[in-house]
Amino acid sequence: MANLFFPRFSNAAFAVWRRNALVWRKLLLPSILINFGEPFLYLLGLGYGLGLFIGEMMHMPYLTFLASGILASSSMNTASFEAMFSVYTRMIPQRTYDAILTTPVEVQDILAGEMLWCATKCVISGSAILIVAAFLGAVHDWSALGVPAILFLVGLCFSGMGLIMSSLAPGYDFFNYYVTLVLTPMFILSGVFYPVSSLPVALQSLVQLLPLSHAVDLIRPLVAGLPLTNVALHLAVLAGYAMLGYLIAVRLTRKRLLV
Amino acid sequence: MSAVVQITDLHKNYNEREVVRGINLSVAAGTCFGVLGPNGAGKTTTLRLLLGQSPVNSGEIRVFGLPIPQAGRAVRMRTGVVPQADNLDPDFTVVENLRIYGGYFGIPAATLDARLRELFEFVGLTDRAHARIATLSGGMKRRLTIARALVNDPELVVLDEPTTGLDPQVRHMIWGRLRDLRQSGKTLLLTTHYMEEAERLCDELVIMDQGRILEQGKPAALIRQHVEPEVIEVHGEETVARRALESAGDGRFEVVGDTFYYYTRDARAVVKHLEGLSELTFLHRPANLEDVFLKLTGHELRD
Ligand SMILES: Nc1ncnc2c1ncn2[C@@H]1O[C@H](COP(=O)(O)OP(=O)(O)OP(=O)(O)O)[C@@H](O)[C@H]1O
Ligand SMILES: [Mg+2]
Repeated sequence: MANLFFPRFSNAAFAVWRRNALVWRKLLLPSILINFGEPFLYLLGLGYGLGLFIGEMMHMPYLTFLASGILASSSMNTASFEAMFSVYTRMIPQRTYDAILTTPVEVQDILAGEMLWCATKCVISGSAILIVAAFLGAVHDWSALGVPAILFLVGLCFSGMGLIMSSLAPGYDFFNYYVTLVLTPMFILSGVFYPVSSLPVALQSLVQLLPLSHAVDLIRPLVAGLPLTNVALHLAVLAGYAMLGYLIAVRLTRKRLLV
Repeated sequence: MSAVVQITDLHKNYNEREVVRGINLSVAAGTCFGVLGPNGAGKTTTLRLLLGQSPVNSGEIRVFGLPIPQAGRAVRMRTGVVPQADNLDPDFTVVENLRIYGGYFGIPAATLDARLRELFEFVGLTDRAHARIATLSGGMKRRLTIARALVNDPELVVLDEPTTGLDPQVRHMIWGRLRDLRQSGKTLLLTTHYMEEAERLCDELVIMDQGRILEQGKPAALIRQHVEPEVIEVHGEETVARRALESAGDGRFEVVGDTFYYYTRDARAVVKHLEGLSELTFLHRPANLEDVFLKLTGHELRD
């Protein structure tokens, strides 16, 4: 209500982050199994299986190409689903936010905490994928150690957009539109499975607007040990989506909860 | 005494409808202040406004002398809130709920744990500290919500219908705790539908209806001011009851549902008359706050 446009960021956000981390810790074992099991299946099945036919792609083994794409896209999914289904659950049916809003914590802190938590989850699950990929020999350089930092930013980026969806959603079904119309096309078009350069030129410039392609462009060279290009642009796109998503989500969520 | 809560000409609209229509009230430090009113009167809305959880349309709110909503964060730091509907965190146990909630106030873990032991003692939940929320009864959840409202050792505690839906034992227990809190110098602001609760706990109260304050005062003074000291409730065949009351004395009576309420300064003659009529049953009692409430807010159903 006061300072409507630029929310103040306070360490109250970490209290919200901590709440989510404590819930996650209760489900530690199943989460870890899923975090390691899923990429293992994916990389083994697709990477080895397809890789046998494809061989190299963009001067790297297909397994490396795919692993770096999966790192980015799985972070997109992790952050998006947490920011939609879990956040919506806390916001509406579970009324967790109503309880929090009787304390000094405000909407902008809650959403900042949620974004930090989504980003943290991306780092956790992304690190598991990275370990599996390294185990399968897909990681070619120590520069891959920089990947979790990128995944954190990817998490912020997609959670910001997911929070907008949550603030608008009348129910869980609403998220299907976003998944089908935004996430799935992005997953298919953004260079996870094949290079963007193989798409028609018109489509290529469209893909440049999608944050996932910038995430892939940052992560792939780090995993493959190739030189990074256009780093500032890629970082700016991801950070821009994160900031814009956050600001819009804060406005919409205030409108929804502070009535 | 200084006012902990000061509300001046407060207005609030939902869509086109004005649900708070020019409220003025002032809650003195260290008192228990009650807000009474039928369903939909605007009690919860008023509490949300004064916590800065809802934008006002016009009017001024000060809590601890600070302006709302500008100082909402600082005010909530020093306030405890028991919302109308329980919203405990189902992902956590009883003790975790309070730890997490304490975290929202930035209370260090060590301070918090010492405090939590006292609070569990206070609301009688010590042996349920590690239970999951889903396994608690309604009364336990309410007590836990009250304990939660106290984690930050607030100066002001706002309670929205703290005892609705609870059995008499729990209600009496909560009343005792609220009196303890008031005794320890905290200011209480509560809404209730239980007149008995308001009469027992509140130093001062307002009766609201349709977004307006109809009356304000101390419970005993309001009763003296608005209704005759004695009441007879009469049940039975309507025409018989009506004839009996009309002929028996000069008090006034009202019909609510199937009950006749007869108000008078001296009930002796009417009681004698009614005792002779075996087809009617009646109850002779002193006037209470409910009589005031019904007189002021009328007898029609709300909502
Ligand atoms: N978010 C909202 N949107 C629209 N109308 C609302 C909203 N919240 C409350 N109202 C309306 O405002 C009026 C006052 O509601 P409020 O909840 O403050 O009443 P109350 O006195 O607390 O009632 P109760 O005793 O039933 O809890 C009601 O008519 C209600 O329908
Ligand atoms: Mg209410």
